[in-house]
Amino acid sequence: MAEETTLLPRPDFTRTVPIDKVGVEERVDRLNKRSIKTESKFWALKLALNMVDLTTLEGMDTPGKVRQMCYKAMHPHPDPDIPAVAAVCVYPNLVRVARETVGDSGVNVASVATGFPSGMYTLESRLEDTRYAVEEGADEIDMVISRWAFLKGEYNRVFDEIAAVKEACGEAHLKVILETGELETYENVRKASDIAMYAGADFIKTSTGKVKPAATQPVTLVMLEAIRDFYYATGKKIGMKPAGGIRDSKTALRYLILVNETLGGDWLNPHLFRFGASSLANDLLMQIIKQQTGNYQSADYFTID
Amino acid sequence: MLEEKQLEKRAGNLIFRNVWDYDPAPEKPDHVRLKEKYDLFINGEFTPPEEGRYFESVNPANEQKLAEVAEATKPDIDKAVEAARNAYNRTWGKLSGRERGKYIYRIARMLQERAREFAILESMDGGKPIRESRDADIPLVAAYFFYYAGWADKLQYATPGMQPRPYGVAGQIIPWNFPMLMAAWKIAPALATGNTVVLKSAETTPITAYKLAEIIQDSGLPPGTVNIVSGAGETGVEIVNHPDIDKVAFTGSTEVGKLIQKSLAGTRKGYTLELGGKAANIVFEDAAIDQAVEGIVNGIFFNQGHVCCAGSRLLVQEGVADMVYHKLKDRIETLVVGDPLDKNTDIGAINSKAQLERINKFIEKGLEEGGEMHQSSANVPSNGYWCKPTLFRNVSQSHSIVQSEIFGPVLAIQTFRTPKEAVEKANNTPYGLSGGIWTDKGSKIFQVGQHIRAGVVWANTFNKFDPTSPFGGYKESGIGREGGLHGLLPYLKLN
Repeated sequence: MAEETTLLPRPDFTRTVPIDKVGVEERVDRLNKRSIKTESKFWALKLALNMVDLTTLEGMDTPGKVRQMCYKAMHPHPDPDIPAVAAVCVYPNLVRVARETVGDSGVNVASVATGFPSGMYTLESRLEDTRYAVEEGADEIDMVISRWAFLKGEYNRVFDEIAAVKEACGEAHLKVILETGELETYENVRKASDIAMYAGADFIKTSTGKVKPAATQPVTLVMLEAIRDFYYATGKKIGMKPAGGIRDSKTALRYLILVNETLGGDWLNPHLFRFGASSLANDLLMQIIKQQTGNYQSADYFTID
Repeated sequence: MLEEKQLEKRAGNLIFRNVWDYDPAPEKPDHVRLKEKYDLFINGEFTPPEEGRYFESVNPANEQKLAEVAEATKPDIDKAVEAARNAYNRTWGKLSGRERGKYIYRIARMLQERAREFAILESMDGGKPIRESRDADIPLVAAYFFYYAGWADKLQYATPGMQPRPYGVAGQIIPWNFPMLMAAWKIAPALATGNTVVLKSAETTPITAYKLAEIIQDSGLPPGTVNIVSGAGETGVEIVNHPDIDKVAFTGSTEVGKLIQKSLAGTRKGYTLELGGKAANIVFEDAAIDQAVEGIVNGIFFNQGHVCCAGSRLLVQEGVADMVYHKLKDRIETLVVGDPLDKNTDIGAINSKAQLERINKFIEKGLEEGGEMHQSSANVPSNGYWCKPTLFRNVSQSHSIVQSEIFGPVLAIQTFRTPKEAVEKANNTPYGLSGGIWTDKGSKIFQVGQHIRAGVVWANTFNKFDPTSPFGGYKESGIGREGGLHGLLPYLKLN
């Protein structure tokens, strides 16, 4: 199946795929009425924890802070049945610290790059940024697209930039941040998703977390449907990462329901779905312990890093 | 857009529910008060039937008896009509619009307060998923009562320059697919306009109408204003032919509707008939395809397809036909079929054994006539009446699965090339209740929509109901409108 991918003509990105806003939001509302109980809830909470990209992206990040976060990522709770998170996500200058700390624990190191969060730099410096992060030991690169170019209608420029970053990534996996809060319409989100996937993204990601609104469920559904159409057309499975604003377990489970009923079971693993979040992990832990013991524990029982 | 061969070769269909299947999440029915036996509601009292006969109402999801229900015969109908006539002459008919409105508002509020109980019972008696009875049926029931309560003191504005007067006694017969909602569509406008009512519920779903009778009793509505009886077709005949009935309102099959129209011909009685349908959902290639697929699913699988305005025929433009079919096949895999009281259920039980047999007969016929069938792989419970979501391809206008109203979760799929062809195929049916158009282009909606000969045409959505919107049929789908301002007129004499 995969060989045929290269033979596919690249779609004409000036054509718009129609998306009906009312319909998308209705579908999300309906899926939010799913009721997840007992074992199926427990399983999903643990899965969600295993899908978290534990993130810190602040100007005040220090090696100490990043190390603390890495320890937490590898060992979120004393209970050995509780899984580690998928990855830690940091700025390029802290990749080496993160790499050394997580070692070969199985937790990946992801780095934002390409002039995160705005991307308003020369392509040269953005590619250099990417190569630096990879050399420092990043397994995954979270790039930002040039929203200015997209909004100006220069879709081929956006495509070429992503393709260039993909090349600079080498072996590292590429997540493409669309910054959907700046694209505004679902049709733009769909178009940017298509451009990213055809240009070589391994994952498409909603947001930097620096722009409001960050991830929303309807935007995520539109992106999942783009991934589905790309899969139908190429047989290739692209991952999805909503990021920003997902703080509690209930919301996380709702995202998993969207995945489960749009793309099916094959996407329910950290290779194809991630949550970009900082505070979600602790809420998931609290809910997991609640499921185990039947009682909510005080927030003081959960580590704060 | 990709064609079927390419789709199969590149990726095939997706796999659902292999990794994460949801545990049962049933709504608990323990607080629902259910009597062992329900008597007729005549003149404000629950009254045993004259001939003493009762029939069983079963839960179609497990074939267990829910309650025994009185069968009304001629003497009971005589009593009910007499009670309604007295209320019309002495109490209800004398009230001002404003006073009538107060009672109807009260009923609406009481329904809202007990919404959960009504939703659970509606699902137990009729088999519909609790998601629908909780989120669609019962909220709409309250909304229709609220809406018509508002009209009660404003009738002169509905008919400017004329003096509207009520008909008198309305005989109303409702179907089993939306027992409470159809009761609301019938009772609310009749009361708002000052008529009194004898209403017969359907044979397989009589229970919630009697729960509504309890609310009516508690609301203090003058005795006899609303009388509720139960029974099969023969009971209905007694209502239709009763000499002291002034107006008949019927919702049900076209077959029975024709009989009613025949027996009313030449009488002074007014009537409205809301009958069958075989609606076409037209999907153009410029539609938002994923949302159209969702609309197709809502159009045919809502309430197990027991919907007179269901989008039971899909007409899809040839260029996107394979993709739409591929997506539909994946989408129906995610539909949860099973316990109507489970909050995750999308498709509940078929309403009755007889209806399931009827649906299965159509499916067999569809196969015999050469149609290609695809059903979802859902597991269905061993007890009760179930039908998996079903798609039929390779069928034409001449196949019975395309022509007949099946009233089940069975979709017939055809293709078209041009808007003109789509309209011709959509209209090539004796029915004309509803239709759907899916396109991203606004002007096309109007261009095509005005040629669809149906009472309701939805654009980029389907099966949406609102109390302010009239509903009713063209051709053999019926006469008269219910809902909105139009829904007042059949209950008013104008001069």
